[in-house]
Amino acid sequence: MATPTASSAPTPAGDATPADAFLAGAPKGSLRHAPGPYFGAYGGRWMPESLIAALDELEDTFEKAKADPDFLAQIADLNRNYSGRPSLLTEAKRFSASAGGARIFLKREDLNHTGSHKINNVLGQALLAKRMGKTRVIAETGAGQHGVASATAAALLGLECVVYMGAEDCRRQALNVARMELLGATVIPVTNGSQTLKDAINDALRDWVANVDNTHYLLGTAAGAHPFPAMVRFFHEVIGEEAREQILAQTGRLPDAVCACIGGGSNAIGIFHGFLDDPSVQIFGFEAGGDGVETGRHAATITLGRPGVLHGARSYLMQDEDGQTVESHSISAGLDYPGVGPEHSYLADIGRVSYEPITDAEAMEAFRLLCRTEGIIPAIESSHALAGAMKVGQRLTAGKDDPSQVIIVVNLSGRGDKDVATAAEWFNLLDEDSAEAEIGKEGEQL
Amino acid sequence: MTSKSAAAIDRARAAGRSALIAYLPAGFPDAQATIDAAVAMAENGADLIEVGIPYSDPVMDGSVIQAATTQALASGFRVAQVFDIVAGITARTDAAVLVMTYWNPVMRLGVDEFARRLAEAGGAGLITPDLIPDEAAEWIEASDKYGLDRVFLVAPSSTPERLASTVAATRGFVYAVSIMGVTGARSAVSSSAEKLVADTHATGAERVCVGLGVSQADHVREIAAYADGVIVGTALVAALRDGGVPAAAKLTKDLSSGLYPADNEVDTQR
Ligand SMILES: Cc1ncc(COP(=O)(O)O)c(C=O)c1O
Repeated sequence: MATPTASSAPTPAGDATPADAFLAGAPKGSLRHAPGPYFGAYGGRWMPESLIAALDELEDTFEKAKADPDFLAQIADLNRNYSGRPSLLTEAKRFSASAGGARIFLKREDLNHTGSHKINNVLGQALLAKRMGKTRVIAETGAGQHGVASATAAALLGLECVVYMGAEDCRRQALNVARMELLGATVIPVTNGSQTLKDAINDALRDWVANVDNTHYLLGTAAGAHPFPAMVRFFHEVIGEEAREQILAQTGRLPDAVCACIGGGSNAIGIFHGFLDDPSVQIFGFEAGGDGVETGRHAATITLGRPGVLHGARSYLMQDEDGQTVESHSISAGLDYPGVGPEHSYLADIGRVSYEPITDAEAMEAFRLLCRTEGIIPAIESSHALAGAMKVGQRLTAGKDDPSQVIIVVNLSGRGDKDVATAAEWFNLLDEDSAEAEIGKEGEQL
Repeated sequence: MTSKSAAAIDRARAAGRSALIAYLPAGFPDAQATIDAAVAMAENGADLIEVGIPYSDPVMDGSVIQAATTQALASGFRVAQVFDIVAGITARTDAAVLVMTYWNPVMRLGVDEFARRLAEAGGAGLITPDLIPDEAAEWIEASDKYGLDRVFLVAPSSTPERLASTVAATRGFVYAVSIMGVTGARSAVSSSAEKLVADTHATGAERVCVGLGVSQADHVREIAAYADGVIVGTALVAALRDGGVPAAAKLTKDLSSGLYPADNEVDTQR
């Protein structure tokens, strides 16, 4: 593993650890705050010329906003008084038995307004849209989480909102379509290509090219052309900053491992960022292994993909021998994307973060366990991180006299209310011919 | 370095007119049909042929071209067939044959390997809708090595600095997109096109061709008054779809009637 070193990492005072001592003496080479456009060989702008001016404008607005105390105060105020930040760090004491007895701490992004980490990014970008004088935002969505978050931010800030969603996903997630409409957004079903999330992004990009004068594209994950990966990360860095402070306050030291699930990689990069320069902290990203990576029906982009360009960035990509994008499969709509953010590709290549697949079955078992042991219904996306933490916990505690010396922080990126139909179907909790069984069956094909 | 596209445009210029550039997707409905249609277009007035590689995520294309390329992929189109198609067309016509492709299929095969095979097939070069010169170092090297044209795009939103850097990186001609949008037939030519062409010429480009939304001889006539070439895509794909090769040939002939602006008063009706 490459040993990242750091100088700029703000270390909470009075908590000197071996890692901190190491960092204090380290000259440079921080992995934090990577500005883009490139992360090693990844990132960049593989985009039509028509959109370059808009990307430049966005980059410029973002750079100025980041340095503007008023903007930072606005974000901090919304985070605190609208989203409900800081989100809690909850120790999962009974769940710990499933992770070899390691102490497991959950970063509770599920408690944010709208039920996931997505709100952090949409509030930031919606504020930038206003700064640019744009009156309309467009977004893509898979299951509807980012669409709902975007519609929420647009309603709050008085922006018109149009959400592109695969026609198939619209049918499967009819209630999320209704939520977006209740919030005043227009949902456009996408019938092109494979009618899934990647095609929704394509249609959003087509809309953006045609309406870029008054429209901001509110991309929902840390992927896409520069400045999106660095900018989306910036708005999610609060997750890692809070988690680092909270774990130090609760345990007096840094964790041994940090775990998150990877769709495009936004919740993960947000929490990872807080620990990238702490070499004692192992970092794990869990991709959707679907039916198992050997079946070809999965979304394990880094595990099995190879570098290519999609949606504006060079990154790992699920593609065939001709460079055509391959369709991904996962029980979790939020992880069902054949690409991944470029910073993750870089962190994988340099060995700072380990990326591993988690199957649908493993994720659902972790889902069930968290419900039963902690009284928390997690999003199926986040359940991939929980299943990964169980494996990591078993590995790190193996042969240890006192497994509770091992500390793991898991990003619980969202709540599972949206997934109840899918889970009930998975666990056979439904009457065969109930309406919910129908929904669940379809959800299972996600 | 000699440029096949520039030579084709210059031949039209010597005949006192602008050039007609006709687009069609490879493998729609199959490889042989693509060759036959391209040859028929060349025989009916197209000076350059633009063969598009069907791609899973064509963000710059509207619904007509998307439907055609999706069909081609569903019928089993493979990227390597494009080299046979280019060779098949260049064996039967003098038209310059460019390939229009999104970038990932080129990266996947390998930029150098792609360029080598395209040159071997007699291709003129590449039109790259999602590759900007800033990311094109590998392609610039390979296209120099194999003597291929690099057709980059400029848009109404391009800044003067970007116009300059794009013109400098281009060989063959600069592709000016007439409007902020994706491919698709439109009822009128955008007024932003003429200014963009003038700005691009002023930046030093010798040849600037206009595409996106051009579908009728009247549009061709209007654009030919100020541009070195006119690019037609969607309308030809729709003709090919609905009436096969004869319909595409007939539309090409009709469009080419608009290429002589000098004798006619430019039709400015919108
Ligand atoms: C709860 C939750 N977690 C994770 C994700 C995956 O996205 P990302 O990898 O960008 O965090 C989603 C996406 O919809 C989500 O809803």
